[in-house]
Amino acid sequence: MTFDWNWEFAFEILPRLLRATINTLIAAGVGYGIAMILGLVFALALRSSGRLPRTLLREVLEFIRSTPLVVQIFFIFYVGPQVGITLSPWVAGMIAIGLHYSAYLAEVYRAGIEAVPRGQWESCRALNLTTRDSYVRIILPQALPHAVPGMGNYLVGIFKDTPMLSVIGVTELMQAANSIGSETYRFLEPYTLVGLIFLALSLPTAGLVRLGERRLRRKLGL
Amino acid sequence: MDLSAYPLELPESDRPMVRFMNVTKSYGSLVVLDSLNLDIQQGEMVSVIGPSGSGKTTVLRMLMTLETINDGVIYVDGKPLTHMVRNGRLVPADEAHLRRMRASIGMCFQHFNLFPHMTALQNCMEGPVQVLGLPKAEARARAEELLAMVGMIDKKDQHPSRLSGGQQQRVAIARALAMRPRIMLFDEVTSALDPEVIGEVTQVIRKLVAEHDLTMLMVTHQMGFARDISDRICFFYKGRIEEQAAPEQFFTNPQRERTQQFLRAVKDAD
Ligand SMILES: Nc1ncnc2c1ncn2[C@@H]1O[C@H](COP(=O)(O)OP(=O)(O)OP(=O)(O)O)[C@@H](O)[C@H]1O
Ligand SMILES: [Mg+2]
Repeated sequence: MTFDWNWEFAFEILPRLLRATINTLIAAGVGYGIAMILGLVFALALRSSGRLPRTLLREVLEFIRSTPLVVQIFFIFYVGPQVGITLSPWVAGMIAIGLHYSAYLAEVYRAGIEAVPRGQWESCRALNLTTRDSYVRIILPQALPHAVPGMGNYLVGIFKDTPMLSVIGVTELMQAANSIGSETYRFLEPYTLVGLIFLALSLPTAGLVRLGERRLRRKLGL
Repeated sequence: MDLSAYPLELPESDRPMVRFMNVTKSYGSLVVLDSLNLDIQQGEMVSVIGPSGSGKTTVLRMLMTLETINDGVIYVDGKPLTHMVRNGRLVPADEAHLRRMRASIGMCFQHFNLFPHMTALQNCMEGPVQVLGLPKAEARARAEELLAMVGMIDKKDQHPSRLSGGQQQRVAIARALAMRPRIMLFDEVTSALDPEVIGEVTQVIRKLVAEHDLTMLMVTHQMGFARDISDRICFFYKGRIEEQAAPEQFFTNPQRERTQQFLRAVKDAD
């Protein structure tokens, strides 16, 4: 067996892979958006609701975190129709990935909120702010810089997990590489390029997150 | 606890600004305040002193509704603070009642607790705009007036991290005053400060005493300052008021053994 890298073939399939990359970015972006919002809802619910719902929610989130994402993707896509919920691959995929990562982000937010000193809450009460205003205007803005590094890690994580969506036929980067492979019987170039594209997009993210955190802190005067 | 012995409202003829009536506070089995009775008259400045752990901070925190109480009732301006009237009976206050009642009380903390992501001016506008619903321009004008009063107007656009402790505490006083409280609570507001800046904060409090009609309750370790500006000194010992008197009387002729011991210990430390 020889290691025969074909440049011509690589350049030929590159545009197709780059187009699929756009879908990968959309999947990661939408999934992350869902995860960010849902995660915040969970984090706030964990702090506010009564003892029983809180314990219940904590267990559910623990369950989501400790089962593989790919199982959750399969479950929503294939078991859903059996109970009358039929979803397109994209919708099922976004729900699965958003829900999965919201369980992690809830934990990140919770830690960020708890890092805000108790005295800030006491000032809010002494000034008679509502709980809602206290969160929105005082606590969350201070929790955010604490949460940014964790949020950045999970952004990269979600991005790297998008290939799992190919198992239910979402036309993202991995799916495109698979198709090319089965059409041409060449696997070296498509999968190498997929790896390089992921690398090129992941690498700068960590730096950007650090930069974002610094700018955020400065903007907030912290 | 039996609340039927407590009036729904204090009578016009006997209506201090603040009344603690048999107030008990405990954490688990630790009784921090034991059936406290304390009246503070409208416009009065009362200083609370006592050894560490005697419950001084707890008194202020209960009045600010940062802590719940286990027994008794606190009245503010004749109306129950910790309780409310429902069907002609006192029941524990709900959040809406607490918010209504809290509006007349302001508090300054040992560690200032300014909002770090807001400038001095924004700190002083936050409550008036969000809670009192003042228009921004009006809130700003008031905040600037108060910052000028505490000598912080030229630092109004600075964030707390750029201010010294004394400056932060003065902003915190302005922030509390911006809510137009009738009662101000000060919990060791100079304890976290370097000695050379304590004066700038006590100066502001002196001004409040001289020029404003506020009812004030102040926890302090500064005996000289307390003696100077208070109408009355309350000495706390193990969750009870051991002795209270006008400053002259209290410092020159303390009646109780424990008070004498405490004052001797404080003098030795100085
Ligand atoms: N959240 C809490 N949980 C348990 N115990 C508490 C709590 N807050 C206060 N205490 C206890 O209550 C007692 C009174 O506390 P408090 O803070 O009122 O004292 P203090 O007179 O203000 O003391 P200091 O001069 O040290 O500030 C102390 O024994 C303290 O340990
Ligand atoms: Mg204290």
